[in-house]
Amino acid sequence: MPPVPPAVAVDGVSKTFRLPHERVHTLKERALHPLRRAGVEAFPALKDVSFAVDNGEFFGIVGRNGSGKSTLLKCLAGIYGADRGRIFINGRLSTFIELGVGFNNDLPARDNVMINATMLGLSPREARNRYDSVIDFAELREFEDLKLKNYSSGMEVRLAFSVMMHVDAEVMLIDEVLAVGDASFQQKCFDEFARIRRDGKTVLLVTHDMGSVQRFCDRAMLLERGDVVEVGDPEHVAARYLEINFNRGEVEAPHDESESSRHGDRRAEIVDAWFEDETGARAATVRGAGEHMTFCFRAQFREALTDPLFGVVIADDRGTVVFEASNLLRGASGTFAAGEETTVRIGFDNVLSSGRYEATPAIAHSGSGSAWIDRRERFATVVVTAARATDAVLDLPFELEIGPKARPGGSSSEEARPGGSRSGGSA
Amino acid sequence: MSALETPPSAGLGRQIKGPSAVGSDPRRFWHLTRALAVTEFKLRFFGSVLGYAWQVMRPLLLFGVLYILFTQVIDVGTDTPLYGVALLLGLVLYTFLSEATGAAVSSVVDRENLVRKIEFPRLAVPLSVVLTALFNLGLNLGVVVVFLLASGGSVRWSWLEMIPLIVLLAILASGLAMLLSALFVRARDVKPIWDVVLQILFYGTPIFYTIETVQSSAPTWVAKALMLNPFAAILQQARHAVVDPEYVSASSAIGPAWRLIIPLAIVFGVFGLGYAVFRRAAPRLAEDL
Repeated sequence: MPPVPPAVAVDGVSKTFRLPHERVHTLKERALHPLRRAGVEAFPALKDVSFAVDNGEFFGIVGRNGSGKSTLLKCLAGIYGADRGRIFINGRLSTFIELGVGFNNDLPARDNVMINATMLGLSPREARNRYDSVIDFAELREFEDLKLKNYSSGMEVRLAFSVMMHVDAEVMLIDEVLAVGDASFQQKCFDEFARIRRDGKTVLLVTHDMGSVQRFCDRAMLLERGDVVEVGDPEHVAARYLEINFNRGEVEAPHDESESSRHGDRRAEIVDAWFEDETGARAATVRGAGEHMTFCFRAQFREALTDPLFGVVIADDRGTVVFEASNLLRGASGTFAAGEETTVRIGFDNVLSSGRYEATPAIAHSGSGSAWIDRRERFATVVVTAARATDAVLDLPFELEIGPKARPGGSSSEEARPGGSRSGGSA
Repeated sequence: MSALETPPSAGLGRQIKGPSAVGSDPRRFWHLTRALAVTEFKLRFFGSVLGYAWQVMRPLLLFGVLYILFTQVIDVGTDTPLYGVALLLGLVLYTFLSEATGAAVSSVVDRENLVRKIEFPRLAVPLSVVLTALFNLGLNLGVVVVFLLASGGSVRWSWLEMIPLIVLLAILASGLAMLLSALFVRARDVKPIWDVVLQILFYGTPIFYTIETVQSSAPTWVAKALMLNPFAAILQQARHAVVDPEYVSASSAIGPAWRLIIPLAIVFGVFGLGYAVFRRAAPRLAEDL
């Protein structure tokens, strides 16, 4: 194999921040407490991270807040020095941690373009030569003499993005710049990313947005608490990301055990509830896209009961009920003696979109809907990882067909435009 | 990943080692310093009606007050030739030093958005402040020349001495700028302390009084001690070279000429110390902010 060096090589990089508990800022404090070193807590932001990005690759770096992805980017950019490990970059590097670094509100576009381009590594002569195409790309020719403070935020972003596109970097480090701008500008960014890809430039993109990871990245890496959890196929990494993200959510929102969320006369009690995946194993995470899953709960009977109703309500994390099921109209459940126990299983094909769902199981007296025996709100949770990023509740399979062109009649054809959808992952 | 198992650091491209004071490309360093300085210069008086005129007005107004005070009310210099021009030159040079260092103290913190967001040679920040002050000094020296000629001074070859003198002053200001800006990131009371030091410097340097007054009214060692202050020595030599040769040169004011080594050593010592401190702090500036 010919030794083609990778565009970016990261070898065992670690970075630890020393976070003072109590910041000593003034000389008086130093003088009064010369021996007291403010308590320092070591916070390992990156732990022995290694990976390589090939030339021309579009590489995504994903992770939750605080996972170390921005620190990694700053180490790559040379803003932070790594404590251990080595980083190699092959080619002209440009960093876009923020659009418009060095922009100044009191200066007109021309000065700002010059400053920004110089900061990004152009010489003043190069910056001057490219000024016209920067302004034209940003479509701001008629506003070029306006001070930046009189620009709308969208115009400012356009200017900044335009400079960034004219720096001619071979390796680009980009941190969530897509999060700004209106939909049409985002579309322009996406188009521009597509062009960068075609030009064979190497891009490292840090993002929360699984949609853009899946759309642009050839490969992606998932960071979690400074460790590399996974490197590989973007679909796979995106699924892992959702899994990790929501599992943490489960810890934060534990089963609601309080009495106020429990109703009923307790002649029977729901003692346990859980979800099972396609294989029948208990699971905190299940796959969507039509795979079979089962909600189960176990009930203990204190008194003899005849034909109680068993049911469940499943709601998403916004509280919208997405699914209800019970044995009402499905036949009587029979008689149960005091001390007996039973398990209720409700199976269905899972077409829910990605996200966290909560189940409220209930037992009620037959005949009426609200004479509860025991109803436990939000008693079990499950995380669904669907393949597609969508904001909708359901992720249904669908066909889409664009009909033959027809002139009269006035019916506009459905445009199959891939909108910049944000996945439910950032909830 | 396979490329990483053996460490053939050659062929992997440029190694990224984190931020440094000067960086590896002196041209980029210069472009950046200049761009930052020009921006700052433009911004300073952007939007004010008289624009750059204020830059010249500031020392002139102070000059007017002090001139009237010290020639009409308290007589310190009516017998010295061209006292007004000497006073103005002192104020202009002092304005440079106080502007360069005073603005440099908080410069790194003020430019936080750059330091934390982009890799660039960190030293560009304090040095750009000194450069901006140098632009202003150029404007102000023009005014001094106009005043000098209008008051009956003459053009002399010795004016060329101003070039090395300004270089020395700029080296001193740069050293202080590096030192103070790096220290300020860690301890915020560097700024008030430095403000006081600048005040002391103003009164402790023969700016509105002359070294000749000191020589005639105090023990001889006082004048010699004052000349150990590099700013005072530079100013004295500038008066000697530009305003009128009757102002004693720095070498004769300090005693035997070899003693000039002391203020010179302070200039370069401060520069060396400032550079060392800044270079040590540079890699961590983004984190310490």
